[in-house]
Amino acid sequence: MTQKKPFAITLDIGSSLANHTGSWRTERPVYVHRMPPCNNACPAGENIQGWLHDAEEGRYEDAWHTLTADNPLPAIHGRVCYHPCEDACNRGQLDTSVNIHAIERFLGDEALRQGWKISCAPQTGKRVLVVGSGPSGLSAAYHLRRLGHAVVIYEAGAEAGGMMRYGIPQYRMPRDILDAEIGRIAGLGVEFRLNSKVEDLEETMDAERCDAAFIAIGAHLAKRVDIPARDAGGILDAVSVLRGVEKGDAPSFIGRRVAVYGGGNTALDVARTAERLGAKEAMLIYRRTREQMPAHDFEVAEALEEGVQVHWLSTIAGVEGAKVKIEKMKLDENGWPQPTGEFETLEADTVILALGQMTDSDFLAQVDGVKISKDGVVEVDAGMMTGRPGIFAGGDMVPAERSVTVAVGHGKLAARNIDAYLRGTRFEHAPRPELATFDRLNTWYFTDADKTRQAQLDMARRLSSFKEIVQGLDEETALFESRRCLSCGNCFECDNCYGVCPDNAVKKLGPGQGYEFNYEFCKGCGLCAAECPCGAIAIVPEQI
Amino acid sequence: MLKQIEGSHAVAEAVALCRPEVISAYPITPQTHIVETLSELVREGKIGSCQFLNVESEFGAMSAAIGASAAGARSYTASSSQGLLFMAEAVYNASGLGLPIVMTVGNRAIGAPINIWNDHSDSMALANAGWIQIHAESNQEAVDLHIQAFRLAEELSVPVMVCVDGFILTHAYERVDIPSQEDVDAYLPPFQPVQMLDPADPVSIGAMVGPEAFMEVRYLAHHKQLQALDVIPRLADEFAQRFGRKSGGLIETYRTDGAKTIVVALGSIVGTIKDLVDELREQGESVGAIKIGAFRPFPLAELRSALSGADRVVVVEKDLALGLGGIVASNVRMALRGATTLVYTVIAGLGGRPITKASLERTVMQASKDALEDPHFLDLNWDIVDAELARAKEKRRSGPIAENILRDIGLMGRKTG
Amino acid sequence: MTQRVKFYQTGTFTVGNRLLDAESRTVQATVERNNSLTSGHRACQGCGEALGARYAVDAAMRACNSQLLCVNATGCLEVFSTPYPESSWRVAWLHSLFGNAPAVASGVAAALRAKGRTETRVLAQGGDGGTVDIGMGCLSGMFERNDDVLYICYDNEAYMNTGVQRSGRTPPGARTSTTPAVGPHPGNVFGQGKHPAIIAMAHDIPYVATASVADLHDLEEKVTKAMSIGGARFIHVHVPCPLGWGSEPCNTMRLARLAVETGLFPLFEGEHGEVISTTPIRRRQPVEEYLKLQKRFRHVIGDPQALAAIQALADRNIRRFNLVRENAA
Repeated sequence: MTQKKPFAITLDIGSSLANHTGSWRTERPVYVHRMPPCNNACPAGENIQGWLHDAEEGRYEDAWHTLTADNPLPAIHGRVCYHPCEDACNRGQLDTSVNIHAIERFLGDEALRQGWKISCAPQTGKRVLVVGSGPSGLSAAYHLRRLGHAVVIYEAGAEAGGMMRYGIPQYRMPRDILDAEIGRIAGLGVEFRLNSKVEDLEETMDAERCDAAFIAIGAHLAKRVDIPARDAGGILDAVSVLRGVEKGDAPSFIGRRVAVYGGGNTALDVARTAERLGAKEAMLIYRRTREQMPAHDFEVAEALEEGVQVHWLSTIAGVEGAKVKIEKMKLDENGWPQPTGEFETLEADTVILALGQMTDSDFLAQVDGVKISKDGVVEVDAGMMTGRPGIFAGGDMVPAERSVTVAVGHGKLAARNIDAYLRGTRFEHAPRPELATFDRLNTWYFTDADKTRQAQLDMARRLSSFKEIVQGLDEETALFESRRCLSCGNCFECDNCYGVCPDNAVKKLGPGQGYEFNYEFCKGCGLCAAECPCGAIAIVPEQI
Repeated sequence: MLKQIEGSHAVAEAVALCRPEVISAYPITPQTHIVETLSELVREGKIGSCQFLNVESEFGAMSAAIGASAAGARSYTASSSQGLLFMAEAVYNASGLGLPIVMTVGNRAIGAPINIWNDHSDSMALANAGWIQIHAESNQEAVDLHIQAFRLAEELSVPVMVCVDGFILTHAYERVDIPSQEDVDAYLPPFQPVQMLDPADPVSIGAMVGPEAFMEVRYLAHHKQLQALDVIPRLADEFAQRFGRKSGGLIETYRTDGAKTIVVALGSIVGTIKDLVDELREQGESVGAIKIGAFRPFPLAELRSALSGADRVVVVEKDLALGLGGIVASNVRMALRGATTLVYTVIAGLGGRPITKASLERTVMQASKDALEDPHFLDLNWDIVDAELARAKEKRRSGPIAENILRDIGLMGRKTG
Repeated sequence: MTQRVKFYQTGTFTVGNRLLDAESRTVQATVERNNSLTSGHRACQGCGEALGARYAVDAAMRACNSQLLCVNATGCLEVFSTPYPESSWRVAWLHSLFGNAPAVASGVAAALRAKGRTETRVLAQGGDGGTVDIGMGCLSGMFERNDDVLYICYDNEAYMNTGVQRSGRTPPGARTSTTPAVGPHPGNVFGQGKHPAIIAMAHDIPYVATASVADLHDLEEKVTKAMSIGGARFIHVHVPCPLGWGSEPCNTMRLARLAVETGLFPLFEGEHGEVISTTPIRRRQPVEEYLKLQKRFRHVIGDPQALAAIQALADRNIRRFNLVRENAA
C-alpha cells in the first residue's frame, strides 16, 4: 500500500534503535547475589533460600535435593533445630519470619514418605573412619560418601544417633523419623559398627585401613556440683535420665514432685520428661532470670504451658530427704546472681541436675598432636582438623555452641576438609557476598501473610505420652509458607526490572535464566534497582 | 442532469458523487446548506457507507478530516470565515501531512465586526497554508471544481480548498448540470493514499522535524504547488473531454485580445465583469478580463503571458490586506515583476457590500484613463470615514470603530430620515 | 491495589510472577510483548510517561490482536518518541496537533467504520495539558458522540515539554515555572484544577478509569477491559515526571505508588456515568511521605497549613471513593 513515504514527516517504525541512549548513563545497574540472612545464620550452611525457591514452585523433591546437599537430616532438623535462620529472617521485620523449620520438616517427611534418593560420586578408593554416630558423625559420613569416599562409623552405643536418640525426648524427636534418616545414610553404603567403642584410634584406623578419621563422640558426661545431701541417692543427672528413658531402663516412676536444677534446654527436656513419667509437679530451679536462660524461648513456653514451674533466681543449697533447701539470689549490677542469705524449702521426691556435659576424650590423649582442654574439649583448626594431620573432630566435643545443627555443620565442614586432605588439596570456602539486609529490599511488593502456625497436640495427650507435640504442615500450608520467602538478595524472577524499565533495556532470558541489562540503551535511571523486591540489583558508578 | 437548484445543494450533490467516506462538519453560515444536504444524503444511504461526523468545532472538523484521510478515507469538510480561522492550525497541519482533504469554503468576511456576508478575507487569510485554492465563478463551476478537486488532491497528496462565494453562490438558485455518477466515477478513481495508518504496514506519521530538514520539507511542499500548475490545466482538459464543458484551469481570459486594460478578479464577480467587458467592448473600449481560477498555486507565468499585451491591469478583489492594500493585486504585481504594466487595485465588496456594474464601469474607465488612485475603495462612503477621522482627531474615543460608525449612521439616519 | 489471587509470594504486585498461571501474568512480563514504544527514545531518565505509554499500548495491542491505530497529541511523548529521523513507535501512529488528538482519532474511527474495518481499533493518547486543557473541547466532542476511540491521558501534572508550566492538572501547592514558590501563597493555587475522569463520566460514556504506572496489573486490566468495549472510553494514567517534579529518576514508581496510597490519586472505574469500582488503598500513607520526595513541594513541607490542606484533599478522595476498607489487603 505504502509506495513512498513523505520525506522526514513519516518515519519507519522502531528506527530509534539507532539512537544508543546508553551514552547518557553515569551509573549502571548490575545484577548481584547477596547473602540471605537465613543462609548466613544457618550453622549447617544450608542454602535455605535456594530450597525455598524450589518449594515455592511446588518442586519439593528439587527442594529436598538442594537442602540435602548441605544437611542429610532435614526431617530431624525440621523438628529439633533451634532455627537461627528464623531469627535472622528479614520477613520478621515485615510481619513474622518464615516458618523455615516447618517447611524443612515437611520436605524431610515427604522424602521419607516418597523414598527420595541421594546419589554418590564414584568411589575414590579412600576410606574414612568416623567415631560416633551423632549428628556430626552422621553428617561427616554422609558428605564423605557423597564425595565418593568409603566410610565406617564406630558407635559405642547399641543404636546410632547419639544425643538425637539419647538426649532429645521422643515428643520432640520421634524415633521412626530418626531411624529413617539414619537408615538413608546407611543406604548410601556407610558401614556402622555398633556397640564398638574405639579405645585406640590409630589401631582402629589401621585395622579398618582408613586414610583419615573424624571424631565426634559428643559430650555425654554430666557435670555435677557438690550439693550437701544426706541421701545422694535421690539426686539424678539429666543425661542419665534421658538416656534411661530411651534405653528403657529408667525408673518407671520418678517421683510425684521433681526438681530440676539448671536452665538449659536439657533441663527443660528432663522436666517435661518427668511429667510424662508421672510426676505431678515438675519444677525448675534456676539461678538467674528468664531473660538470661540459655534454653530457647519456645521450649520454655511449651514447658510452662505443660505446667512446669520455675523458681527463678534460686540455687540449691542442700537436699535433705524430700526437702530441697533453696537460696534466693539477686542480680548484681553486672547481671550476675549473688546469694542473698534468704532460704526457703521445697518438697521434691527427686532432684535432677542439668548443669551441662563433658566429653569423654581420654582415648585421644595418647594420640600425638591432639590437644585436649577443659571438660575434655578437643581443639581443632578452622578446617575441623585436630593437631594431628588426618584426624578431624567436631560436634559437641569441640569448642562451639552445642546443637544438632552446629554438629551437622561441623560434619559437613570436616567432610569437605577431609576430602581436600585426601586429595592433597586445601578446601576453600566460596567468598561470602555482602549480606542482604532488610533495607536492601522493596518489601512493598510482597503479599501480606502471617506465618503459618503448626498445629499442636492437645494438652491431655501431650502429658500422657511421648507423642510428638508439634504437627507438620500439609502440602498447601508448606507451599504457602515457602512463598512467604522474600528471596533476600537473590533474583526470583518477578519481572519487575524487565517491566519497569522505561527504556526496554532489560532482556528477559527465560525461566531460570534471569535477565541481562542492555547497556546500549540503559540510561541509568535506577528504577530497576529501586523496584527490585529482593535487592538483587546494585547501582554502581559508570567508569568514564 | 440539469437542475434548478440552490448552489449549496448543487455542491453537496457534487461532493456526494465523489463518494466521500468521511464528512465532518460544524455549522457556520453560509456553509450550512452544503453540510445539511450532505448529512441528509448520508442518512439516506446515498453515499455508500460514508460517515457524517457532527463535530464540536471547525478545529474538530478539520482534525477529524485529518484522521480520516490519514486512515485512507476520502475526506471532506466545509467551512467559512471565523470557522476557517478557528481551524487554521489544523488547516496547516493537513497540508503539512500531505493529506488530500477537500474543503469547500463558503467565502465570508471575518469579524470583528461580525458579518456573515461575502468577501474573500477568510480564504485569503489561509492562502499560504499549503492548500491548493481554486475559486468558482458560478454554481456550475462550483460543482465541476469539486469533482476536479478530489482528483487533484489525491493525485498530488495535497489538500484543496474550493472557494465558493457565500450567499452569492451558495444561496443562489441557478440551473446547474449535475453530472452522472458514471461520468464522475470514470473521471475520479478510488482513493489510493500514498501513505496511511495501517496495522499491517505501520509507519510513524507526523514526526518532529528540526532545522536539519525543515527547509527541505517546506520546499517539497512548495514543489507540490508548482506541480499543480501542470496538473490543474490537465485535469481541466480531461474534465472538458468527459463532461463536455470547460471548468477550472489556472486562469481564464475573456476578450483580452488587443485589450489595453484588463480586469482581473476571482470568483462570482467575474460574471459581472464579463458583462461589463462586453458592454465596454461594444462601446469600443479596449477592455478585457481575466479570471484567476487557481489562487494557490498562483499562476505567475500564465498570468504574465496573458497580461503581456495590456497597458494596465485593474485587479478587483474582495479582501484587504490592512496596511498594504490588495492581496490579489500584490500577487499580480509579482507576476508582472519587471514589466511596465500598471496595476490598479480595486478593493470591493467587503462584508457583502454590493458591487454594481455601474460602479465597476466608472472605476475601470477611470483606470483606463490612468486616473484611478491606487488602491481604490469601490463605493466607500467617505463622508462617514471622514467624519469618524475628524472626530477621532478631535477627541480620542475608546471603543470599537464599528460602534462609533453605527452610532453615526444612526444619527445620520435620523437626520436624513 | 488489592491482591486478587490466593497467596503467591508477590501475587499480582510485581510485573511478573513465575508462580502465577500464564493468563494472570501481565503483558509486560512476557518476552512477546510488543514494546510499542521501544528503546532509543529520548525521554528523560526514569520517565513515567514513557513507561505508562508502553504499558498501555502494549496491553491494547494484545487486546486487539495488534490491529491498532494510534493517534498522539503533541507533547513530551510525541517529541521524545519521533524526532526526525527516528521513531520509537512500533505501531501505526499519527501525530497531528496539540489539542486535536481526540478529533483526529474520531476521524480515524470514522474512516474505519466507513471501510467496514471493525477489527481495527483506535487509541488516542496525550499528556494532561493536551487532554484536559487545550484538547478538552475535542475530547468532549469525541465523548459525547461516543466515537469508538480509547483515549488515554498520561498525566504528569504540568506542561513538561515546554518547561514545566502549570496545567489544569497541576496539584495545589505545586511549584511550576508559572506558579513559582514565592509570595504569601507559594506554588499552585488551592481550589483550582479539574478531574478529567469525572468530566468523562459526565458524558455517560461506556467506560472511564483511572490507573497508575505503579499498579501494572490494574492498568493492564483496565486497558484490556476498555478495549473489549465499543464506543468512547477514557483512561487517566498517573505518570510521575522526575524533571518536572524534582524527584529522583529511581523514585518514579515509588511516587506513583505513594500518590495512590495517600489517596491523592484515587483509582476507580466508571461505566455509563457511574462509579462501578474503586481500588482500596493497600497501605495508607500521609501525604507528606509523597510530597517530601519532590522538590516542587519543598516549600509545602515546612508549611503546616498547606500540608493540612493537601492532606484534606487526600482525605476527601478517600471518603469520596471509599479507598480505605476493612480487609482491604
